[in-house]
Amino acid sequence: MMAQTQLQTDQAPVLEIRNLIQTFGGLTAVNEFNVKLMPGELSGLIGPNGAGKTTIFNLVSGFYQPSEGQILIDGVPTAGLKPHRVTALGVARTFQNIRLWNDMTVLDNIRVAQHYQLGYGFFHALARSKRYQQREAEIAREAAELLEVFDLQRFAAELPKNLPYGTQRKLEIARALSSHPKLLLLDEPAAGLNSADIQELIRLIRWIHEKFDVTIWMIEHHMDVMMELCTQIKVIDFGQTIAEGNPETVRNHPAVITAYLGDDNI
Amino acid sequence: MLRRYSVHLALALTGGTIIYCAYQEYLSLYIMSILMFMGVNIILSTSLNLVNGYMGEFSCGHAGFMCVGAYVSSMLGVWLFAKDKVFGAAVLDPEYALYAFPLIILTGGVAAALAGVLVAVPSYKTRGDYLAIITIAANFIIISTIENIGAIGGSRGFMGMKRLVNSMEDVVELPWMPIWVFVFTIFSIWVIRRYVSSTFGKGVSAISQDEVAAEIMSVNTNKMKTITFMLSSGLAGIAGGLFAYILGYVNPGSFNIMKSTEVLVMVYLGGMGSLSGSVLSAILFTLLLESFRFIIPVINDFAHQFHLISPDYDISQVWRWVLIPLLLIILMQFRPEGIMGNRELGDIFPRLKRFYRFK
Repeated sequence: MMAQTQLQTDQAPVLEIRNLIQTFGGLTAVNEFNVKLMPGELSGLIGPNGAGKTTIFNLVSGFYQPSEGQILIDGVPTAGLKPHRVTALGVARTFQNIRLWNDMTVLDNIRVAQHYQLGYGFFHALARSKRYQQREAEIAREAAELLEVFDLQRFAAELPKNLPYGTQRKLEIARALSSHPKLLLLDEPAAGLNSADIQELIRLIRWIHEKFDVTIWMIEHHMDVMMELCTQIKVIDFGQTIAEGNPETVRNHPAVITAYLGDDNI
Repeated sequence: MLRRYSVHLALALTGGTIIYCAYQEYLSLYIMSILMFMGVNIILSTSLNLVNGYMGEFSCGHAGFMCVGAYVSSMLGVWLFAKDKVFGAAVLDPEYALYAFPLIILTGGVAAALAGVLVAVPSYKTRGDYLAIITIAANFIIISTIENIGAIGGSRGFMGMKRLVNSMEDVVELPWMPIWVFVFTIFSIWVIRRYVSSTFGKGVSAISQDEVAAEIMSVNTNKMKTITFMLSSGLAGIAGGLFAYILGYVNPGSFNIMKSTEVLVMVYLGGMGSLSGSVLSAILFTLLLESFRFIIPVINDFAHQFHLISPDYDISQVWRWVLIPLLLIILMQFRPEGIMGNRELGDIFPRLKRFYRFK
């Protein structure tokens, strides 16, 4: 994995964040944040609760507009773009608390995530034109294939709310991949999973990373998951970057220990 | 093969029977008008279900859009094909009314769809209760605007549409109104069905279930909301146009908040997000509303017979509007999901699916 990452360093970064600042009223949630993710990278973002991790994800996916600074996806600035336009640029994400469409079948959940590249509009849908039929057939086939590789095909006609929690997590990741992202943001994918599920999740993420040719950036509190998977980790606290590097360096970094365990001197 | 065309066949048979009966005058004018109002109500309830059921918003100004459609198609028809004191002589030969009629109704629909933008644009930023208030406001704006335009009759209303219907029947002797009501009813159900069953239209359900996830997963929520509101109000406009030509007379008062409530009752009675539920409840509701004409006098006689009320007082038809809202309370209390919930006929009777394919 490392070798692959180094080979590709001369390429443009998939995600580049320059001097990102986000303030809510008087509160600075993110301060002077910088990152560069190269194609094929799998890195992590950690920090104590309320450090601003999810805020950064919300900024990248276009849900908030940054107060200052720039976000570039594959070199394209996302300033002023609505979230669905950012997704069309190749960013997909999951949520800390699972946000599936619970009254739509599993298959439909996967299909709707292709909304930006349907290739037909309202009148095609009414007329059931040739283009409509062709695209719907393609979308249905792709969705079925995706469910198959995720081993979810037996749930295709079920409603997500009736699935076990771990399967819902998996489905949410599958839905995100359905939009063919270059960059996949995982917001605490292991939250609420038991240790057996976590081991499976680690395997799943590694497998996705190899199979889908996607750059992954994840937030996670389970350090064992991060140690296992990530090549680079950034640590933030109160919106400030306090440490970065490979998992070993980060784990032993004094600022990180202070941030997580408190300052001995106080 | 039979499965593929069974729905078409059933529809052709039903439509054919009704129209044949109307042509042979087997059915009285009263029964015919109930059947036609049933069609109008089906269009209204299915189209409102698109917003309130599938999209999960709460629109309570549906009659406002119906009003736009009713007035635009009435005025256009009368201006083009009938002699009238507002517009003067007919612009075109009344013989052509026959061919232009569906276009006139569709124009009313388009106008109503444009009026739907009045609600669609605020819906980008507001949801739920706040949007509901906006829809009520839109209803009032439309009604009051028309009430204040004296040239088209103001609150006294507008008429002359009967002449157009008559001139259609003069050219070809067929019951044109039942035919067109039937055609447009099927058209509306078909449009909605195709819309919500496409991956494109499923974006609407995604918005209702989790708007944030929909936007993040590449659904252009503003665009989908605009299309859905415009489609919904456009179909209401078609219903309004038909309503105007059935009655031959419109006045703004018939499209007030009371009418909107009536449509709401139909949607909730049938079940949110169930197209077949909306059709069923529109039929039931129309029958129920008409049955009060017979039930209330019976109750009145009964009450007088046993001296339950003073002999000077009669229970009038106004009491309908006590009983119908009461029905709504009982419904919400004991079966809030309506007759069908969010299921379709085929989900409740899976065997039916073997016999039809509806797309």
